[in-house]
Amino acid sequence: MDASEDILHQASPDLVRGSETKRAAKAARLSPSFISWLQAGPMMLVFLAFFLIPLVFVVIVSFWDYNEYQLLPAFSGRGYTDTFEGCIAQLPELCTIGKTYLMTLKLCFMVWAITLFIGFWVAYFLAFHVKSKTWQMGLSLLCTIPFWTSNVIRMIAWIPLLGRNGLVNSGLVKTGLINHPLEWLLFSEFSVVLALVHLFTFFMVVPIFNSMVRIDKSLIEAAYDAGATGLQTLVNVIIPLAKPGIVIGSIFVITIVMGDFITIGVMGGQQIAAAGKIIETRVNALQFPAAAANAVILLAITFLIITMMSRIVDIKKEL
Amino acid sequence: MTETTGKKGVSRRTLLKGTAGLAGLAAGSGAITGFPYVKSADAKVLRYLGTAVNEGDDISKQCLKDTGIKIEYITATTDDVTKRVMTQPNSFDVLDTEYFSLKKLVPSGNILALDAKKIKEFDNITPVFTKGQTPGGKKIGGQGTAPWKVLYLEGKDSKKFATSATEFVTLIPTVYNADTLGIRPDLIKRPISTWAELLNPEFKGKASILNIPSIGIMDAAMVVEATGKYKYADKGNMTKEEIDLTMKVMTEAKKAGQFRAFWKDFNESVNLMASGETVIQSMWSPAVTKVRSMGIPCTFQPLKEGYRSWASGFCVSKGVSGAKLEWAYEFVNWFLSGYAGAYLNRQGYYSAVLSTAKAHMEPYEWAYWMEGKPAEKDIKAPDGSLLEKAGAVRDGGSYEDRMGGVACWNAVMDENDYMVRKWNEFIAA
Repeated sequence: MDASEDILHQASPDLVRGSETKRAAKAARLSPSFISWLQAGPMMLVFLAFFLIPLVFVVIVSFWDYNEYQLLPAFSGRGYTDTFEGCIAQLPELCTIGKTYLMTLKLCFMVWAITLFIGFWVAYFLAFHVKSKTWQMGLSLLCTIPFWTSNVIRMIAWIPLLGRNGLVNSGLVKTGLINHPLEWLLFSEFSVVLALVHLFTFFMVVPIFNSMVRIDKSLIEAAYDAGATGLQTLVNVIIPLAKPGIVIGSIFVITIVMGDFITIGVMGGQQIAAAGKIIETRVNALQFPAAAANAVILLAITFLIITMMSRIVDIKKEL
Repeated sequence: MTETTGKKGVSRRTLLKGTAGLAGLAAGSGAITGFPYVKSADAKVLRYLGTAVNEGDDISKQCLKDTGIKIEYITATTDDVTKRVMTQPNSFDVLDTEYFSLKKLVPSGNILALDAKKIKEFDNITPVFTKGQTPGGKKIGGQGTAPWKVLYLEGKDSKKFATSATEFVTLIPTVYNADTLGIRPDLIKRPISTWAELLNPEFKGKASILNIPSIGIMDAAMVVEATGKYKYADKGNMTKEEIDLTMKVMTEAKKAGQFRAFWKDFNESVNLMASGETVIQSMWSPAVTKVRSMGIPCTFQPLKEGYRSWASGFCVSKGVSGAKLEWAYEFVNWFLSGYAGAYLNRQGYYSAVLSTAKAHMEPYEWAYWMEGKPAEKDIKAPDGSLLEKAGAVRDGGSYEDRMGGVACWNAVMDENDYMVRKWNEFIAA
C-alpha cells in the first residue's frame, strides 16, 4: 500500500499540469506492482467491506450476551456454552449440535460424492468426446438452462413428482411394481440429496471441464502410444491433471451444502436438522449472539474441511 | 429528462447536461433530502409494516378513497416483523403485529402506545380484548399472552403493562381468530373431536405441525393435555420441566414417524393438505378455505379441548410524531369504521369492532360468518370467488361458540430461550 501511495504523490503534480504526453509517459513508468494493486484493489475493497468487516462483527457479537429484546455488549460465552449444552452430560448419546453436524456432514458427503461422479463424467464427455469447439460451447450452455429458473422453483418442482400421490408413485403403482406408494421418496434424506445434486452438479462440471480442456492432447496420445489402456490413461494422466478443477468444484459444493437450510428444510419436510437451520431459528427468536456463535462454529468447520482439501492439492501451484 | 430522451438523436453530451442540470435542480430544491416527505404538503403517506393478514389491496385503495392516506405495505413474516421493529424502528410508521410479540417490543422502547381517547370506536371494541369474554358473556381461556393482559401500559412511555384500563393502549386490535386442526374428512372418514388425534398412530406419516417454535409448542401442549399425560398451569408459560416433557412426547412421535413434514408458511400447509401428504395438521383458517376452494374437502375441525387463538393490532413507531401521528390516528379510526372489518370477516377472520363491520355486510353474510347459520345464498370471498354454496355452515359455528371456546393464546414464554434450544433438539432428533 505504501509504495503505491508514494507513486500517487509523485504522479499528481504531473496530472495537474495536464500535458497529455507526459501523463502517458508517466503511466508507462508506473511500477508493475502498483498496477497489480490497482487491478486487485476494487475486489479487495469489496471483500473488506462486505466480507471481512461483517465477519469481524459476527465474531464479536458471538461473545455478547442477550435478553428477549436486545443485545447486551458484555463479554459472555453463553452463545457457545448453550450450543454445546449436554455434549458431555449426554454421552454416549450425541447432543443436539453433534447430531446436527453429523447429519449435515453426512448429507454433504453424499452430495459431494454424487456431484463429483456425475460432474466428472459430464465434463469428461464435453472435453474429450465432443470434438468441435462449437458443440462444446453449445452443450455447456445447454447445461446452464436449468439456471434460468430460480433455485427455489427447481427445488419445489420435485415435490409433485415425488409425493405420495405424485407422478413417480402413481406410475409405479399403475405398472404394478409396488402396491403402496413409496413414502421415502419425499421429505426424506433421499429427496434432500436428490434436490441438492440436481441443484449443484453444474458447479462441479464447470471447473472440471475447464481443467480438462487445458490438458494437452499430445499427452493422451503419448500415453496411448506408450501402450497405456484407457483406464491407465484416465487414472495416471487425466485425473491428476484435472485435480485443480475437482478441488475447486468440491469447494463450491461443500461450502454451499454445509450452509444450506432452505433445500434441506423444504425437501426434508423441516424434519432434518441442518447447521444453517439452527442459525435461522436463533435469528428468528432474536437471539443474535447465539446465532453468531453458531455461524462461527459452522465457518470453522467448513474452513477445516477446505484446508484439508487444499492439503491434498495445492491449488495455487496447480493453477 | 424524459423530455430530452424523448427527442430522437440526442447526443450523449446533451443528455448528460440535461441529467446533471436536473439533478442539480433537484438537489437545490431540497427534493433529494428527506425522501419520504416529498410533496408532504398534500400526499399523506404511511408506511405500514405487518404480516400479509390485513394487507389487502382493496383495503388500501378504499382507505385512499375515503381518507386520502396512501398506505405503503411492507410485508414480512411474523418473526421478521419483530426483527425489523428491533433493528430498524425508523423504517416504518404504522405497525401491525401480534399481541404475543409485545413482551419483546414494549421493553425495547421502539414502539409508541396509542391514546384510547383518540380512537372513536374504542368503547365498541369487542369485550374479547378488554374483558376476556365474548359479547354473550362467555369467559375466554386466558393461558398464554392473552390480549387483555397486555392491552394497556401504565403511562405514555412506560414499559410496564397495566393491570387495569388506562388510556395508553399497546395495540389497537384489528384482527384475530381461533385456530385448530385442519383435517381431510374424505381421507379420515370418521369424526375427529380431540387434539389427541394428532398423535394417533392411525395417522402415522400423515400428520404435521408448524415449525414455528412459539406456536408449534402451544399446539403440542394442547395435544399433550388432550392425551391426559399432563395438565399445564399455563401452556403459554411453561417451566423448563414442562418444556422437557412436551418435547419428549413430540420427539417420541417424530421418531416413530408420526409426522410427514413440518410446515412453516401458509402455502406449505395448503400444499401438504391438498396433495394428501397429510390428513391432519395444525392449520390457519384461510389455508383451509384455500384448500376447499381447490375443490378438495377440508375441515377446520372444532375440538373439545378448545382453540388456540391469536390477535393483532396497530401501534406506531417511536419515530412518528406531529402530522404523521395524526394521520396514523385517522388511519386506525378508518380501519375500525367498518369497511376493513367486513373485508376481514369475509375471509373468515374476526374484526375488532363488530357493529361497524356488520353495517358493511349483507345480513346473509353476517348470519353465515358470525352467527353460524346455514348460508342463505352462495358465500363469496372479498375478491368475488365462490367460497361456499348456499346451505353450508361455518366450521365451528358462531362467533360466540368459536371465540368462547378459546383455551389459550399465542405466547412468548419466560423460558423462551430454553424452549428454542429444545425445539432445535426436537428437529435434530
